[in-house]
Amino acid sequence: MARKGLGFEITELRLGLPGEPKSLVSTNKNEKKRMFSEIDDNGEKEKKSNTGGNLKTTESKAQVVGWPPVCSYRKKNSMNEATKMYVKVSMDGAPFLRKIDLGMHKGYSELALALEKLFGCYGMGEALKDPENCEHVPIYEDKEGDWMLVGDVPWEMFMESCKRLRIMKRSDAWQIEKTYIEIDEIKEKNV
Amino acid sequence: MNYFPDEVIEHIFEYVGSHRDRNALSLVCRSWYRIERCTREKVFIGNCYSITPERLIQRFPSLKSLTLKGKPHFADFSLVPHGWGGFVYPWIEALAKGKVGLEELRLKRMVVSDESLELLSRAFPNFKSLVLVSCEEFTTDGLAAIAANCKRLRELDLQENEVDDHKGQWLSCFPDSCTSLVSLNFACLKGEINTGVLERLVARSPNLKSLRLNRSVPLDALQRIVARAPQLVDLGVGSLVHDPAMETFAKLMTTMNKCKSITSLSGFLEVTPRCLTAMYPILPKLTSLNLSYAAGIPGSDLIKLIRHCKKLQRLWIMDSIGDKGLGVVANTCKELQELRVFPSDNIGQHAAVTEKGLVAISMGCPKLHSLLYFCHQMTNAALITVAKNCPNFIRFRLAILDATKPDPDTNQPLDEGFGAIVQSCRRLRRLSLSGQLTDKVFLYIGMYAEQLEMLSIAFAGESDKGMLYVLNGCKKLRKLEIRDCPFGNTALLTDVGKYETMRSLWMSSCEVTVGACKVLAMKMPRLNVEIFNENEPADCEPDDVQKVEKMYLYRTLAGKRKDAPEYVWTL
Repeated sequence: MARKGLGFEITELRLGLPGEPKSLVSTNKNEKKRMFSEIDDNGEKEKKSNTGGNLKTTESKAQVVGWPPVCSYRKKNSMNEATKMYVKVSMDGAPFLRKIDLGMHKGYSELALALEKLFGCYGMGEALKDPENCEHVPIYEDKEGDWMLVGDVPWEMFMESCKRLRIMKRSDAWQIEKTYIEIDEIKEKNV
Repeated sequence: MNYFPDEVIEHIFEYVGSHRDRNALSLVCRSWYRIERCTREKVFIGNCYSITPERLIQRFPSLKSLTLKGKPHFADFSLVPHGWGGFVYPWIEALAKGKVGLEELRLKRMVVSDESLELLSRAFPNFKSLVLVSCEEFTTDGLAAIAANCKRLRELDLQENEVDDHKGQWLSCFPDSCTSLVSLNFACLKGEINTGVLERLVARSPNLKSLRLNRSVPLDALQRIVARAPQLVDLGVGSLVHDPAMETFAKLMTTMNKCKSITSLSGFLEVTPRCLTAMYPILPKLTSLNLSYAAGIPGSDLIKLIRHCKKLQRLWIMDSIGDKGLGVVANTCKELQELRVFPSDNIGQHAAVTEKGLVAISMGCPKLHSLLYFCHQMTNAALITVAKNCPNFIRFRLAILDATKPDPDTNQPLDEGFGAIVQSCRRLRRLSLSGQLTDKVFLYIGMYAEQLEMLSIAFAGESDKGMLYVLNGCKKLRKLEIRDCPFGNTALLTDVGKYETMRSLWMSSCEVTVGACKVLAMKMPRLNVEIFNENEPADCEPDDVQKVEKMYLYRTLAGKRKDAPEYVWTL
């Protein structure tokens, strides 16, 4: 899971016991549990499951709640001014748009909570983990102008490429996806 | 001493201040217990659930100053879910009912509602000092009540609290008649304040020695405020961002030049590096400098600044200073006693500080006794050198960012390095470990760390033996907190009596089962054994064989607490 090119391996955590071989793709049950612990960051009651395979919402480096042991107050307040990244957020049906500072959040789970707070739409956390089954789906426009589903890429990559966010009704999301699939099919036919 | 009249003994006791000494006095004999309890004014309670407020008030009728701590330490790292406890209201209510002449209240990691602040402000006419550290749930409305009603207020010190800013005018609530302020710290507030009101408050507070501003106070206001308080000893700068008007900046430098008494500097919550030069006039006299919230200052600027701080005793800084910068600290700050190096937010950057920085510090600063060091790597050789150079450590906390990283030079665990630390530093009271560690390090700790009172362990050890070495060896152990270690039921249950000699034990993500916790709770009725059950529905009893995700146990005379949330089970 480590992306060698991005230099994350320095801060990558190995969660096995000391002496165990360094394995990048770990099937250690505990490790999967830890990854989901990341989503528990804000103490919310969220279901823990051991489906370690499809961890779309976790960052590329294995992160653990509470390590390094920097107090949460300090974490929130030590942000470099340069990392303020305000993007517009629209929600289908809402009368006006909001703005959110991506730099203020450490990961998808925090973003999900912030979006929930802004629009009062609950279930954003679940939507990130399981977009197939939720009413509201967060998508974003990337630097190339494409609309992407939130949660696929590592958080840092998302922060850099996200230009604006949209909370879309699931039915609409599938509509757009269908359109893209149709466009791709047409492209292929014409090749 | 039995032949002395009580008044003489009372007078002698007046010279005994520390609560530990006082506790010792009270154990000597009945009459000393009686005299001590009647004359005790300051009480420290390390765990608010260890005793009921009523019992406290009954024992100490002269109580004037109370310190209370609530949540376990690991709550700082988001390991304790919301709503766990630590409510101060019942304490304030009881103190008010008991007509205690409360003058000072210091709280750490507690839940403080506006309601409790309001009651506090009305119930104690002599109230002088409020210090809140890492607390939550209050808003600026509660602060307004304190400002408005505490006619004798000398100290309002808010450190690292989560405060909801209601954008009210809490500062304006200090009446014109309030001239007694000695210390005002509102650095953790996020909202705007009326700088005119603040200036007037400062102007009518001739005894103001400590002032820490929040980030909403700009450079020009800072200049005006400091100009009105040349007697300041401790200054927390809010924002030091470039003001387009050059004269303002020049004015600030002139003002700082007039501050002959400032020895402690902090803040810089928002800072443009070149504005730091305004602070240069006061740097040579500083004994305490906290730049750990000043994000974005390049290492080179930090180094330039440090060269002027020859008298520093306490330094809190970010790791952007680098190993080289720590070398400069080592050459400049010969009086250094306490150093904290915090990780900057920059992910994927080159390693900021390593073992080299720490070794340099140990060579240059022989008086160093307290350390908190976040680094990218550590070696056994470095730790052995540090142990030799600095045998006076009281607090040694090492946090390697990769929690289980071995010595990069030898690929060995860091057992020998930490072993050297505990063997050399006979006065060590607090220790935090990190890096790859086997049971051996705990053998060393148990053998040598005779004065150890607090130990924090994460991702370390191999078997129950590790934890047992510590429990058996460290006679003065008071707080033990463990996360993600392979310690299980045998370690937990071998010496159950030990826990009554300690304040508390935290174990999370270890190998302890529900059944073992139940056994422990049954054997030791004067312990509260709490299990946090965050994931199952509240009415579902977990299996005895199930592993406990989080356990917190503490000795108590107050019995099972009644304010625990649904997910906390006291066995």
